[in-house]
Amino acid sequence: MKTLRPSKRELLQSALALLAVVASPFRVRAQNTEGQSEEFQKLLLSLTQGVKLKEGKIQISMPRLADNGHSVPLKLSIDSPMSQEDHVKTLVILSPRNPRPLVAKMNFSPRNTKLNMATRVRLNGSQSLWVLAQMSDLTWYAKSAEVEVTESACLDAS
Amino acid sequence: MGARILIPPSPKAGDVIDVRILIQHPMETGFRHELSGSAVPKNVIRQLKLDFNGQLLLDAELGTGTAANPFLQFQTQLFESGWFTLSWVDDLGVEGTERVQCNTRAS
Amino acid sequence: MQHKSVMTSALVPWRRLSSLIAQCSLLVGVMSLGADALAQFNAVGPGWLQPHERRSGLAFKSEDLQNQQNDDAINPGFLWVDQGAKLWSESPSPQAPSCQSCHLSAPISMKGVALKYPLWNAREKRLINLDKRINECRVKKQHAQSFPYESDELLALSSWITLASRGMKLENSIDQSLVPAFERGKAFYEKRIGQNNLSCAHCHTAHFGQRLGGEIISQGQPHAYPAYRLEWQKMGSLQRRLRACLSGVKAAILPFGSEELLELEVYLNFRGQGLRLESPGVRR
Repeated sequence: MKTLRPSKRELLQSALALLAVVASPFRVRAQNTEGQSEEFQKLLLSLTQGVKLKEGKIQISMPRLADNGHSVPLKLSIDSPMSQEDHVKTLVILSPRNPRPLVAKMNFSPRNTKLNMATRVRLNGSQSLWVLAQMSDLTWYAKSAEVEVTESACLDAS
Repeated sequence: MGARILIPPSPKAGDVIDVRILIQHPMETGFRHELSGSAVPKNVIRQLKLDFNGQLLLDAELGTGTAANPFLQFQTQLFESGWFTLSWVDDLGVEGTERVQCNTRAS
Repeated sequence: MQHKSVMTSALVPWRRLSSLIAQCSLLVGVMSLGADALAQFNAVGPGWLQPHERRSGLAFKSEDLQNQQNDDAINPGFLWVDQGAKLWSESPSPQAPSCQSCHLSAPISMKGVALKYPLWNAREKRLINLDKRINECRVKKQHAQSFPYESDELLALSSWITLASRGMKLENSIDQSLVPAFERGKAFYEKRIGQNNLSCAHCHTAHFGQRLGGEIISQGQPHAYPAYRLEWQKMGSLQRRLRACLSGVKAAILPFGSEELLELEVYLNFRGQGLRLESPGVRR
């Protein structure tokens, strides 16, 4: 008669399977960039030349739910004195889920005095928007922000 | 295609001001289709530069991820009166330019 | 969404009550609305909103969108306004006058003009909106080709002219000539159409403020048009927005400049009386 209780063999098999999953390289990573696609990783590598991405300095302000994916307001500020010795050299905005992830790349100089920027981006669906900043000492900082993008309620064929 | 460069009226010399740029451009992604089914060709503003009295303030490379009719806002510190000059070029090679004069008053 | 009959239960109880009160006070209302023509028909119906209920579409939008509209510096609609100002002062050909040579400064001469449209052309027995009027001038006075509907040039001129009336209340005096158009527009607004079998009243009168998908339904007021719609990624006219709604309920999309769309515009303008013109608006 078949019982509902698992046998010792079944229990051992389940435990081994669980151990395999836990030890496997495909479980959730601790590093923030490695959850992204291989293509995106390559893009990051080509931009940063392998320099480690640090946290901090960048503040992103975006709506949590976008009105429309065609135009999503993005405000960002970078904590930098923008002096000759210490300023933001390059700012890169990336949208991993877009067909072309590179949204914008901007160069700055101490003439900019402060880095509070605003623009409007196009997002192809809900995703984390990434902002990378290269400082004058060639270090890279990164920050991401999640945005939900929904389809329009009504089909517009006007 | 028009553009607007917006700056505060008569800022004081030494003020850090907001500079706002708005350019009329469809920023076609190349993924949009006409009713006939044919794709609308890609055409975005590739390069955008803003200078003040010849000194480069903003040098941007844009892509299809920038919303249509691009908007950019950033800061700069003004020490003298002069002209802001915005220039851009898109994928079709069409260039655009816009200038605005800024007169600072003594602090 | 419940598909209830528009004529009986599309209105929630308190709206039905207020509609009843409004019908009783219609005679009083006639005086305040300032037109004897109203006495001839019952303006109040399932699509109607009482004056105190009328809200701009902006009230149902996110803070980001409201900021975008309220700040002229970042309102993308102004790119078309600027283009319009430029076209206003240009002659289409060396012999032809510019708009400016006849109408002088638009902010002064065009003040209140956009609010008068659509109006009834008695001679040609048809309605005429601002777009058609601009094209009439273009052909008859400037001897140039008319601009296609929704072309950047026509939107630009329309936006520039409408800007002169920004802030003014929609207060069309509905004269005798517009009554038939009003009635037909009202009938259209209240009629179920399309595969989705919905009338305008279902969403925009019975369910405004509630959600459809991720969006909050507005009252379908016309006073922010021409408007920059994020979905279109450019400026567009009221007629384009009405066509978008028609495609939304999977109904036949009426052509630009059609009499039915103009009649609907007449009804909407009157339904939205008391609201202040907001064009160039910014919408989703």
